[in-house]
Amino acid sequence: MRFLPTEEQSDFARTLHGLLAASDVPAAVRAWGAGDHTPGRAVWARLADTGLFALAADEAHGGLGLMPPELAGGFVELGRAGVPGPVVETAAAAVLLTRLGDEALAKRFLPGLVAGETSATLTLPGGGPYALDADAATHLFTVSPAGELRLASAAGPLRTSLDPARRLALPDGGGELLATGPAVTAAARDAAHWARLLTAAQCLGTGEALLARTVEYAKQRTQFGTAIGGFQAVKHRLADTLLGLEFARPLLWAAALSLAPGEVAAAKLTAGEAAYAAAMTALQLHGAVGYTEELDLSLWLRKARPLRDAWGSPSQCRAAVLQERLRAP
Amino acid sequence: MDLNHAPHVEAFRAEARDWLAAHVPATPLPSLETREGFAAHREWEALLHSARWAVVSWPEEYGGRGVDIEHWLVFEEEYWAAGAPGRVSQNGINLLAPTLFDHATDEQRARVLPSMASGETIWAQAWSEPESGSDLASLKSRAVRTEGGWLLSGQKTWSSRAAFADRAFGIFRTDPDAPKPHQGLTYLMFDLHAPGVTVRPIGRLDGKPAFAELFLDEVFVPDADVIGEPGQGWRIAMSTTGNERGLTLRAPGRFLAAADRLVDLWRSHGDPADTALRDRVADAVVGARAYQLFTWANASRFASGETIGAESSLNKVFWSQYDIALHESALDLLGPDAELADGEWAEPWIFSLAGPIYAGTNEIQRDIIAERLLGLPKGRR
Ligand SMILES: Cc1cc2nc3c(=O)[nH]c(=O)nc-3n(C[C@H](O)[C@H](O)[C@H](O)COP(=O)(O)OP(=O)(O)OC[C@H]3O[C@@H](n4cnc5c(N)ncnc54)[C@H](O)[C@@H]3O)c2cc1C
Repeated sequence: MRFLPTEEQSDFARTLHGLLAASDVPAAVRAWGAGDHTPGRAVWARLADTGLFALAADEAHGGLGLMPPELAGGFVELGRAGVPGPVVETAAAAVLLTRLGDEALAKRFLPGLVAGETSATLTLPGGGPYALDADAATHLFTVSPAGELRLASAAGPLRTSLDPARRLALPDGGGELLATGPAVTAAARDAAHWARLLTAAQCLGTGEALLARTVEYAKQRTQFGTAIGGFQAVKHRLADTLLGLEFARPLLWAAALSLAPGEVAAAKLTAGEAAYAAAMTALQLHGAVGYTEELDLSLWLRKARPLRDAWGSPSQCRAAVLQERLRAP
Repeated sequence: MDLNHAPHVEAFRAEARDWLAAHVPATPLPSLETREGFAAHREWEALLHSARWAVVSWPEEYGGRGVDIEHWLVFEEEYWAAGAPGRVSQNGINLLAPTLFDHATDEQRARVLPSMASGETIWAQAWSEPESGSDLASLKSRAVRTEGGWLLSGQKTWSSRAAFADRAFGIFRTDPDAPKPHQGLTYLMFDLHAPGVTVRPIGRLDGKPAFAELFLDEVFVPDADVIGEPGQGWRIAMSTTGNERGLTLRAPGRFLAAADRLVDLWRSHGDPADTALRDRVADAVVGARAYQLFTWANASRFASGETIGAESSLNKVFWSQYDIALHESALDLLGPDAELADGEWAEPWIFSLAGPIYAGTNEIQRDIIAERLLGLPKGRR
């Protein structure tokens, strides 16, 4: 038992952190929200160069093999930086194609996804109805409850999320039938667990970014002649925010190690709630300036709620946790 | 990252499980906050000690097994899962023993630790005073130099289990002229049956004499019972408060077992339509797991040579809030039976309510988290 990230795992996260810190992600997020995907794609290309997407695909098709702890660690950094786009969905699609084991499909899609040349969005049974960023993603995969994997296109108007950097579209229900049967259903179930895990990781990073920015602000903003961070009501709220995030982190690691449905649900529940609480604290402690879209803080503030609910709302996650318990002898 | 225990740790777990299965009393012991319960718990701890399960992490010469923290955490999981009794000697084991390991003489360790491990001598913590709660450094009880030792005078309060305990440990002012309140304090041990000591039990919320006031009138303490250097009491005391808040006071095994019992209660009493309550049961399951994993991560950092400092304040706030929420959920599941004072969840609920107050109140812990972990400015205290 050694429940700590390895040197390599920490190094990988540090590499991503450095790369993203140097990439002006806030500008890319704002452009993405305005429909210009170019700066965002440039960030993606740099991420792909680190091998990030290769952690969700098998070696036969250019991947590094399925490595959930490394990938989850990476997604904490994506959340911290606020990287826009269907990052979770692209990784989950790669997992689905890897797990499916259909050689022709794997050859057709995986190399592009691994290299960051293409991206994917997808909807899965039990997930939400909307495909994220269907306008930006190269491929839109859907899996129906009956186990049909299709390459679909989007129907109807593109809807904007509460987070303007997230665009939502309903798949049209048709498209090329790629595969069908129980193998698709099984692969889709795995992919859904990965999507939930990686969203949990993004939540944790988002929450940490919100806390760090708020702590900085509380040290520097003065009222009544003193830094507001010296007021106990402010301190205690920030302490509680840290508490929430620090207890979500080990759940995320454990979920990445086992990928057991109950563990993944526990991680998503806890990280999602902690990040949302961090957002509410950030908003309150910034005062009115926090309630504007002008401050970059808003890029994370507006993400926290959709991420909390994507790929498993708190209520769905609680049900999954208990379901596993009640099934146990 | 690896959450699997090595085979020798699993073997240790199996040995503990087998022993506990064969020896844990079939019917729960009476409350340890009563005279008869105290006696029954002493007997249990003597039995535990005879098989060397009382203090597994201590060196063998003092009755332990010399195992590391991972073994201890595994043992605690088995201990609580087996429904074994709460530990009447916990104040000594969690608070005094670590102090002795770090600061005492070999003679003191050899004299004090074995009888602590066996439950023969039960220790009480005498830190708080009527005027010194959160602001502990303002304490006024004195120790005055005398031939061969010190004379203690003053009043201590809220001393857990002192109503039936044998000895106590605490901090006393030895230099009233020291420039700062936390200077000129001395850490020492004394006998609760010594001349000059009056113990007045205090009924806690449910009336049980779970703590006591101590009135001290020139109580003699030999030099041999001073821990560390006179005048260094504050530093010595603070070096062990991390234990109180951190890993060792509330092992995750305790909450894992409680969450399991809560799930069982949901199975037998839960109303499937009451999803709000069901969600709280799920939160209890997740919280116990989070606390277990958080502790494993800290234990791993420990094992790799890092120290755990202000992080122990995160632990303390977490488990104390968690404990109350879990017990409230149990009471809600029980419905009208929750009100019965002799119910299985009644006393644990009462016990949980004190969590945010003792071991440093949660307000004080949040200050520590904010100032030491987040680097926010120090406020007026
Ligand atoms: C069940 C139980 C067992 C105990 N066992 C022992 C024992 O064995 N030995 C022992 O020595 N003591 C023991 N204590 C005492 C315990 O350590 C004290 O209760 C604790 O330190 C708080 O002190 P107080 O009760 O005097 O509260 P106070 O310090 O008077 O605090 C009252 C309230 O004011 C708040 N407050 C105080 N200062 C601040 C501040 N600066 N900022 C914000 N809020 C503040 C507190 O958080 C609290 O909510 C026990 C207490 C309980 C409840």
